[in-house]
Amino acid sequence: MDWLFKFPFTSKLDLESIDRVIRDFSIQNKVFFDGIKSGLTAMINFLYMILAWFPWWVYLILVFILGYSIKRSWKTGLMFSAALFLIGYFGVWDLMLITLSIVLTSVFLSVVFGFPTGILMAFSNRIHSILRPILDTMQTMPVFVYLIPAVMFFGLGKAPAVLATTIYAIVPIIRLTNLGIRQVEEEVVEAAKAFGSTSIQTLIKVQIPQAKETILTGLNQTLMMAMAMVVTSSMIGAGGLGMEVLISVNRIEMGRGLVSGLAVVIVAILLDRLSQGLAKGKEKPE
Amino acid sequence: MSESSTLLLRVKDITKIYGKNRKDAAQLAASGLTKDAIKLKTKATVALYDINLDINQGEVFVIIGLSGSGKSTLVRFFNLLHQPGEGVIEYKGKNILDLKSKELIEFRRNTVSMVFQHFGLMSHRSVLDNVAYGLEVRGVDKATRYAKSREMLKMVGLEGIENQSIDSCSGGMKQRIGLARALACDTEILLMDEPFSALDPLVRKEMQFELLQIQRRLKKTIIFITHDMDEAFKLGDRVAILRDGRLVQVATPQEMVSNPADEYVESFIASADKTKVIGVSQIMQTPTCVVRESDGGARALQEMRLNGVSSAYVVAAGMQLKGLITAQGALDAIEQKKSVYDFLIREIPKVEVDAIITQILPLAVSSAYPLAVVENGVLRGIVTKASVISTMI
Repeated sequence: MDWLFKFPFTSKLDLESIDRVIRDFSIQNKVFFDGIKSGLTAMINFLYMILAWFPWWVYLILVFILGYSIKRSWKTGLMFSAALFLIGYFGVWDLMLITLSIVLTSVFLSVVFGFPTGILMAFSNRIHSILRPILDTMQTMPVFVYLIPAVMFFGLGKAPAVLATTIYAIVPIIRLTNLGIRQVEEEVVEAAKAFGSTSIQTLIKVQIPQAKETILTGLNQTLMMAMAMVVTSSMIGAGGLGMEVLISVNRIEMGRGLVSGLAVVIVAILLDRLSQGLAKGKEKPE
Repeated sequence: MSESSTLLLRVKDITKIYGKNRKDAAQLAASGLTKDAIKLKTKATVALYDINLDINQGEVFVIIGLSGSGKSTLVRFFNLLHQPGEGVIEYKGKNILDLKSKELIEFRRNTVSMVFQHFGLMSHRSVLDNVAYGLEVRGVDKATRYAKSREMLKMVGLEGIENQSIDSCSGGMKQRIGLARALACDTEILLMDEPFSALDPLVRKEMQFELLQIQRRLKKTIIFITHDMDEAFKLGDRVAILRDGRLVQVATPQEMVSNPADEYVESFIASADKTKVIGVSQIMQTPTCVVRESDGGARALQEMRLNGVSSAYVVAAGMQLKGLITAQGALDAIEQKKSVYDFLIREIPKVEVDAIITQILPLAVSSAYPLAVVENGVLRGIVTKASVISTMI
């Protein structure tokens, strides 16, 4: 009666062979992966260069103006730029720019690949039913698992960090683009077709603009999830604020951890508020 | 009225069945089973079965039915927003189901436009850009399409709101915008899918009136969907009644009232205000008591006595109505030895032969005599108070 209380069968899955296959695959396609890696690294560095080109006070002014235009209140603007000022005051300004360059590159890639995928998903029920379980997996898989293949294919550094972040953060933009387009009122789409729009015209002139708010909410979510990966991805050498947090955990330095952790929070909140403002504002007609 | 008009659209043997077992369902439908019974047996939904319609140029063709009767599906066949399963839809003799996708887009752009129940307006565009949409996708330049759109907005009674957002408009305004958008395309055919059912009753009446005004000017071919019999009779040159996906009757409102095809049509008609449909010609009686203007008083009096009435209509040659003489007038004529001509009452209530009951109602109630029905001055009949009232009950 032993089988009642103990699982009777266990497979002798050869986990090592999985490792071997992936390692061999990465070695065989080294040129390909190296190409991607150097491309990505160039992108991140380019973005960092642009970000670092502007002096710090430009950011303070920019955040003040954006904060003001969202809430129409100079208090909000002042609060936003004060928060940003704090990051510089803590002495982690440059680390923040590194983090931003990684996060924004990931968001850029997520939009470039996620937005069209979401549109395809909205138009084809077949693609929808195929992609849904994949998206579920991508979202629920523990994020550390992404780090393993990223490291195996691309080694350490910013490029694998961006890829792992993108895989994790791309899901909401796909989902919400799909949802937004599917939710456009049936009669509005019918009207567009009834007046002789081509599919492309219907998509660009009606469906995407009508789904705009939902899509921008997806963008906001993607941004937030990319921010959530900051510390995790620093484990494979992403650098920036996440690395600071990681180091302070390893060395049990409370002060250092608090400062860099706070900086992450400030960046996340600012990105969230500003992108949400983008989604809600600007509803005026032409 | 529409006898001389030319055929524009022809619907031949259209059937639309959703779900599995379509062939079985079609056979069962052919054997006369109802939609519900077929659904139970085969799990297929017969949305429309064996629809045949001829629609003439310039007429307002109303399709009426309850929800689920298939009317909204049917109207979407005319611009192929929905595809019929079987059958043919001919526009000027050409089957539009054979159109290639590019040709279909051209057909939708140039020949047929549509007004929707819930307006189908695009909230991200201004009022003007909504009206201009059809022209925009057609590739008309900005200046031309805006000029045309402004003109159409003026026609539907909306001026000065070009730059407002759609969300700031009331229901009535929204549907005017929807109508303007459809009219801006200047298409021959206008499909209207329950355009006024989402509006409150007062606004609905106003819109019906305005549609008739516009139709008088533009003479479009309108296919109008509704579930309201009043609306159908008010707007329709011809009305088709749809029940559970089948056509029950196609007729002019007058024909339908006088010869309903079955009890279903009758019950539908009962829901409508018949005074808006029944014409004077349908209830008028032959004028029995008629005298000539040269006749003497004695002759008039004798005529009245024979018919048991107290007044007689006086006509000239060719039944030209001249007026009315009362019994008192006839007696005076005998006394003074003159003809009835001298005692004529000329100011008598007259109605035209093509008037409908609602129009003559106030006159019929207030008049002391039966109403004289005339056509180009010729006496055609009379309408009594009693016959008017009997149409209302």
